Formats: sequence, C-alpha cells, structure tokens
Amino acid sequence: MSIDRDDARRVASLARIRVDEEDLPALASEFNAILGFIEQLREVDVRDVEPMTSVTPMRLKRRADRIAGGGIAEKVLANAPDAREGYFVVPKVVE
Amino acid sequence: MDGLNCLSISEARDRLRAGEITSMELTQACLAAADEAEALNAVVHPTPDLALEQARAADARLAKGQAPAMCGIPVGIKDLFCTEGVPSQAASGILAGFKPAYESTVTSRLFEAGAVMTGKLNMDEFAMGSSTETSVYGSTVNPWKSGDTELTPGGSSGGSAAAVAADLCLGATGTDTGGSIRQPAAFTGITGMKPTYGRVSRWGIIAFASSLDQAGPMTKSVRDAAIMLEAMSGHDPKDSTSADMPVPDFEGLLTGEIGGKTVGIPQEYRMDGMPAAIDELWASGRSMLEDAGATLVDISLPHTKVALPAYYVVAPAEASSNLARYDGVRYGHRATLAQGDDITAMYERSRAEGFGDEVKRRVMIGTYVLSAGFYDAYYNHARKVRALIKKDFEDVFADGIDAILTPATPSAAFPLGQEFDDPVQMYLNDVFTVTVNLAGLPGISVPAGLDPDGLPLGLQLIGKPWEEGELLDFALAIEDRAGFVAKPEKWW
Repeated sequence: MSIDRDDARRVASLARIRVDEEDLPALASEFNAILGFIEQLREVDVRDVEPMTSVTPMRLKRRADRIAGGGIAEKVLANAPDAREGYFVVPKVVE
Repeated sequence: MDGLNCLSISEARDRLRAGEITSMELTQACLAAADEAEALNAVVHPTPDLALEQARAADARLAKGQAPAMCGIPVGIKDLFCTEGVPSQAASGILAGFKPAYESTVTSRLFEAGAVMTGKLNMDEFAMGSSTETSVYGSTVNPWKSGDTELTPGGSSGGSAAAVAADLCLGATGTDTGGSIRQPAAFTGITGMKPTYGRVSRWGIIAFASSLDQAGPMTKSVRDAAIMLEAMSGHDPKDSTSADMPVPDFEGLLTGEIGGKTVGIPQEYRMDGMPAAIDELWASGRSMLEDAGATLVDISLPHTKVALPAYYVVAPAEASSNLARYDGVRYGHRATLAQGDDITAMYERSRAEGFGDEVKRRVMIGTYVLSAGFYDAYYNHARKVRALIKKDFEDVFADGIDAILTPATPSAAFPLGQEFDDPVQMYLNDVFTVTVNLAGLPGISVPAGLDPDGLPLGLQLIGKPWEEGELLDFALAIEDRAGFVAKPEKWW
C-alpha cells in the first residue's frame, strides 16, 4: 500500500494542517516509510483476539449527576487568542 | 566540596529534618546551579520567586516537625505538566504563552507534600521524540560528553534527565509514553521509573497518548524514586483511569532483598547488531541479581518484535485525537488571518505554524490510521496485537516470574544532530521500553555501568502490575551491586 501526493494532501486536510503543495511528495515518502514499518503487524495472527480497550481491567467510575464547578468564565477565556464579552471569537462561520 | 544541590532526596530529607540545613539554602544552591547551566538548556522556564516562597513555607513546616519526606526538596517539573500561572507549553510553539489557570494533580500533590519547584524542564514537543531535539526551545545537551561531541540526553523527558544528572535539582517529574522516562534516565546515568498505568493521575498533564501516558519520578537513586513516587501517586477522581487503590509506603517497604525470587530474561530482547557493551551490561545485571539470591530463567515474549509497529499505530492515533484541541480558538497560537480566511483556514494555518515537523507527522499518521477504510486494517489490528503483547507478560507472570531484566536502551547516548534516514530510525530507540507501556506495566531504568567511551548505560527491570514496591527492591539490588557513582565532568 503506497501513499501518493493526493493521499498526503487528503490526510493533511483531514488533520487540519496546511501543507504546501511542494512539500507533499516528501511528506508522502515519510508516510510510506512509517507505514512500511507498520506493515509488520500483518504477520501477526489476530484471529479470535479482542482489540484492547483498557490496559488495566477497570470499570469506569460514575459520579453523581450534579454540577461540580463552573462560574469561572474569566479563567476559561484567559488564554484565548481572541475573547470578547465573555466569548471566544472566531472568523465568521455562518453566512 | 560538593554543593547542597548534589545531595540526593533522602540525604537532603534527613539533613532538613535534623535541622542541619534549610530548604532555603538547598533551594538557593539549586537555583544557582541552574543559573550556571544555561549551556545545557534543561530549564526552560525558571521559577525562582515561587521556589523561594515555597522553600520559606517548607522551612516553617519543617520547624514544626512531622513534615513529609518531600518537604523542602527542590524538584524540576517537565514542561508537560500544567502549573498554575507558570508557562506550560509541552515544548510546543502552539502553546506559546499558555499559562494554565489550574495545577496538575501530580504537582498539586508534590506541593502539598512541601516540594519546591525550581522551574519547568525541556522535553521533546508534546513528548514525541527520543532526543529532546523536537523542542521549540531547542535541544537539551547531555551533561555527559563523548570527547568534544555534544550528546542528546534522550527524550522525551531529556530536560528532566539532564537537570537531575547535572544536580540542578534533586529530582524531577517525567512522563513515559513509550520510554520517555527510562531512555533519558539511562542516557544520563540516573534512575527513572514508569509506574503501572493508573498509579499516577494524568489530570493536568498535557495528553499525548492517553492509554499509554504515565508520569513518574526521575531521581539520583532508587530510594529517591520510592520517596518521590509515593508523593506523586494516588487515586484522583479527576482522572477516570486513575486506580482507586491504596498507595504503599514505598520507601518504608524498600529492602533490596530479592532472595528466592525469579527473574525472567526474555530471549527476544537479544537483538542483532546490539553493541557489545549493552550485551555485557545485561550479563553483569544477571550476575548481580543471582548474587542477590534470585533465580534467573530464560523466558519468551513472542510478540516483542511487533510492539514498536503496534505502538506507532496506537500512539499517533491517540495523539491525533488529543491534539485536535489545538485549533487556535481557546488557547495558544492563532495564525494571523488574511482578509476572507475562513475558520478552516484558521485551523489549518494555526496548526501548520504552531506544530513542529515530528508532531505534524504523527498527527497525520494517526489521522490516516483512524480514517474511514483504514480503521480496521491499522488501528483495530494494532489494538489486537497490543492485547497479545499484554498476554505475553501475563503468561510469564502466571508461570512464576517476579520481574524481567532487559537493557534499557539499544545504545548509549548518541550525538545531537545525528541524521537519520527516516523517522523510523529514531523510533528504534524505544525498542526495549515500549512493550511496558503497551502492557501498562511498571518499569524502571537503573544506571549500571559505563560503555567504552565512558558513557552511562542503564538496565531495565519490568514488574507485575501494581507491584512497584517489589520492582524497587529488584532495582535496589542492582544499584547496590553496580556501585554506579560516576558523574559527568562539569563543562557547562
């Protein structure tokens, strides 16, 4: 299975990382090196093996369904690149 | 005469309690040592004001008596831990300027125990790397040198390793996703422990691969690892994978007695082309454990060979999901937008500018293995292989093996700036350590010898889940017999 320039462009777009057109061939070749390495996994017989979901057997705890915090909008917004009037500000999303 | 900064945690603790020294003196010695060590680039955000304030409080507490073991002990904190009001940016440009409004559980626990933070320590960006070269702050330099060649301290916790090895602090926190505590510990001649998955809370630690990440201590001795691990451990309702079980008195239980116990030597860790020095170190480790009364048994962990490829599916997959939060909206870097740029352009450009190459590579590989049509072939397949790797360990433990001895790394520290043919060459550094993360087990790297160039080498011991106490006894048995006292010659 080989990754070409179009696959690399598609993956970059899915990952929301801008990659310049001229950098795509090098990226594709790095992907191929890594995926080639990963291909070894095919040699393993995994019939009747359940995929691991939790490395230590544990049941997730449940907490009471009640408000356990809040009222810290200022702290939440403190690190935002752009925040106004208690909101995060982003470019226009809806036309 | 060595300064106070050269003390171990246990020595300093005893002298603080005896009133022979104060935390203020100890802290000032560490801050001065760090000031002189800029050439190492280990401390990236010094926090002298906070340190002195914490030292003053610790001295007051010590004067009243009954202070915990970590009270007044200066430690460094890996930049991956969120520390309230102190820059915490995972050595990434995308978190430039980020100052958390909260404290990670691990640092909260350390501070409650009276520990003093001297600064934030360098690392590979988002803990992705084995050399601390992917850091936005630039590489950390290993205090150990080979002639005039500058070497890597390993990674990702390379700043922590270098800081402890160079006596800039008495201990440091690290995190280990595939070997990021144990490999740098081995490269710098210190002790580094990754506890059982779930022993230490991950809350407030910037996430890389959540099913593999675990924080642990990096220290000058096994006893110090026991002391610091105890202070870091414990159930935390804010981390749903943190184990609700009691934390043993690790130091109190530490004896180094392993007579009658059985140690497994996994044949699959005997790699072609392994340097002779590593092979000899491993052999000497076996003799040390035999001398301590343990029985050695050859064992097989048949899926060892596929651990690294499985890791390089699982870890990037989780990273691509965890790092999706860096979008230029809530914190960190946002690209300057051009007229008409939409929100997708903002995401794509902010992430392209903020992430370094290795992080981008892993996020994209993760995106690929999780994408429609490849999810089963890669991600689910790797999770099945992971189940088999864990079963390998369960089988040998069920057969009566108490611990497993391996080399910690396939080589000694390598030169900074070494060119690799492709990213996979760098990944091979983790070949002995990554199985432990995939299986969720505790592992510890103990300095045990020097290679022909005079560089430190470490042995790794792998223990049963939740048996960190027993594992520390094995480590102490090695430490006692290896008599590793070498220190890097100060050039910085």
